[in-house]
Amino acid sequence: MNEYITLSLILFTIGAVGVLVRRNAIVVFMCIELMLNATNLAFVSFSRQHGNLDGQVAAFFVMVVAAAEVVVGLSIIVSIYRTRRSTSVDDASLLKS
Amino acid sequence: MFDLQWLLIAIPLASGALLLIWGKEADRFGHLIGTAASAASFLFGVVLFAALLGKDAEARSQSTSLFTWIDTGTFHVEMGFTFDQLSGLFVLLITGVGTLIHVYSIGYMEHDPRRRRFFAYLNIFVAAMVTLVLASDYLVLFLGWEGVGLASYLLIGFWQHKPSAAAAAKKAFVVNRVGDIGMALAIMLMFAQFGTSAIHAVNAAAPGAGDGVATALGLLLLLGACGKSAQVPLQSWLLDAMEGPTPVSALIHAATMVTAGVYLVVRSGGVFDSSEAARTAVMIVGLVTLLAGAWIGCAKDDIKKALAGSTMSQIGYMMLAAGLGPAGYPFAIFHLITHGFFKANMFLGAGSVMHGMNDDVDMRHYGALRKAMPITFATFALGYLAIIGFPGFSGFWSKDKIIETAFGENLWVGLGALLGAGVTAFYMTRLMMMTFFGDKRWKDDVHPHESPKVMTYPLIALGALSLLGGLLLVGDWIVEWLEPVVGEGEHHELAIPAIALTGIITLVAASGVALGYFTYGTKPIAAETPADSSVSVFTRAGRHELYGNQINDAVVVRPTTHLTRFLVWLDGKGIDGFVTGLADRLGETSQFLRKPQTGFVRSYALTMFGGVAILVLCLLAVTLA
Repeated sequence: MNEYITLSLILFTIGAVGVLVRRNAIVVFMCIELMLNATNLAFVSFSRQHGNLDGQVAAFFVMVVAAAEVVVGLSIIVSIYRTRRSTSVDDASLLKS
Repeated sequence: MFDLQWLLIAIPLASGALLLIWGKEADRFGHLIGTAASAASFLFGVVLFAALLGKDAEARSQSTSLFTWIDTGTFHVEMGFTFDQLSGLFVLLITGVGTLIHVYSIGYMEHDPRRRRFFAYLNIFVAAMVTLVLASDYLVLFLGWEGVGLASYLLIGFWQHKPSAAAAAKKAFVVNRVGDIGMALAIMLMFAQFGTSAIHAVNAAAPGAGDGVATALGLLLLLGACGKSAQVPLQSWLLDAMEGPTPVSALIHAATMVTAGVYLVVRSGGVFDSSEAARTAVMIVGLVTLLAGAWIGCAKDDIKKALAGSTMSQIGYMMLAAGLGPAGYPFAIFHLITHGFFKANMFLGAGSVMHGMNDDVDMRHYGALRKAMPITFATFALGYLAIIGFPGFSGFWSKDKIIETAFGENLWVGLGALLGAGVTAFYMTRLMMMTFFGDKRWKDDVHPHESPKVMTYPLIALGALSLLGGLLLVGDWIVEWLEPVVGEGEHHELAIPAIALTGIITLVAASGVALGYFTYGTKPIAAETPADSSVSVFTRAGRHELYGNQINDAVVVRPTTHLTRFLVWLDGKGIDGFVTGLADRLGETSQFLRKPQTGFVRSYALTMFGGVAILVLCLLAVTLA
């Protein structure tokens, strides 16, 4: 059981670090997916351990929300790329000035 | 016919407005229009007065209302005028002496490029002064009251290129504001207590209003009168007002406007008769001013300022008489009229002397002018004999009556008035000796000459009036004439017969003349004013106008200045400091909070991550503990 939780922790940490240090929007996006799936793994692990379905239901919800988020997120990235010829998140800082 | 009495005001007012609006073309004949307007007003006044003489005593108060000025709720003010025995006399004095002074000014102001404007102001003054005396409501009276104040301001500062004249005009205006506060408060009090400010109604209601109300009303009116009539403690503006052209000093600051305070007190007789305290205050103010003015008149070397001190003193006599109640009212008015004649005469005479002396006002540069200016000398002498109370002249009758009534009231008041008569004789003799007698002390380039006829004829007319003004007292005419307006005075029996008192007064005046003659008539006079350190302490005090300006400065001006500075400081550093300081701190805080807003998504993500991590740690700490 501990192994699943450890794996989930490792995946989440990789995802979090990736979001914070990478500039490429696609990679940042992938890291977010990684964090979501790490939590999914934790949900199903605890569900298994406690012997009820609450965690699994939550995991399904996360997957549905993630799928919707991907659609919106990717289309934003694509439209930014079209106008600015760049996928770097640091270039998208117009709100500051 | 009395419905048309507003014409007395309208004619000079229209002429004044016309002269101000009409451009340079009117320069050639503007002074004639102004004089004609004043003369027309005078003639109409004579017609009305003659009509009044033909009526019965009860029908001699002729009121008319032009229109309703204010009508709100219970407060009702008519633009009303009353031509009665008192205002009739005043109208004749104002327009009569005014017309003579208009004529005189034609010559006196001949070389002044702004002569047309001068006549416009004079006309406006006449209109405002007639409004003041005709008003049948205190609010309408206040209109004229402020009108004459404005005209006085404009005319004192007529030579506005001289900083001293501009300052004197400002001073007169400001000091008069203090008195006007008294007037304004009095009118408000009338409205609050009686619901009306009509002169007749207020004076009828005053006796029943209680001692406190009558006293307050009387003292407030007295404050107004003090400001306008240059009575102690608001006397300081009158001597500075001599900066104006001399005809102005004669008309406004001797004959008419400064006597408006006396008129106010007499007109408000109902109020003052109901309050012993207010009446006594008027008497004391009059007595103090009468002595203070005479003192100042003794010390000044400036001929106009010596005359101004004398004016103060003579108005003090009138105030004193007005403070004696109904017994004194007719004599206050009588002295006011005779003083209007002889003081206007002497001021115009002084103007004539200045005209021949290159506008020098220092009497120490005069001397022996009686040969160079025979007509001026002769007319001035008539005014001189009148003011010292030479038997037979107008001032003799009026001053004698005032002193006699004063002795009937109180021995000490009578003695004060008697002393004033002696001092008056002394300073007027001094003025005469220094100006018309003795040696020539003229400056090298001065060639005294008699003034043109346009100036000497008014002098002759006023000189004749100075001589004959006493005729008003024949058979007690003026007392009986004014009785329906001011009420009947009780007659106090004197300890000695009136004729003996008259003899004493004449004797005191004669000794004043003798003292003046032996001090200034027999010895040569220094051509320059002796330094302050070489004269007696009394002369020094008189020269400095009894330190009135210094007292005003110390008591009012300086504390107010300090208070203002403190308030400015408090406002700037305290209130403004707090408000702007708060805004500054807010700005600084905002600037500081701006810094984390970098615009980079990753920094926001890091902040969020950190926040979540802290939350989780807190959660753990709470759960484990």
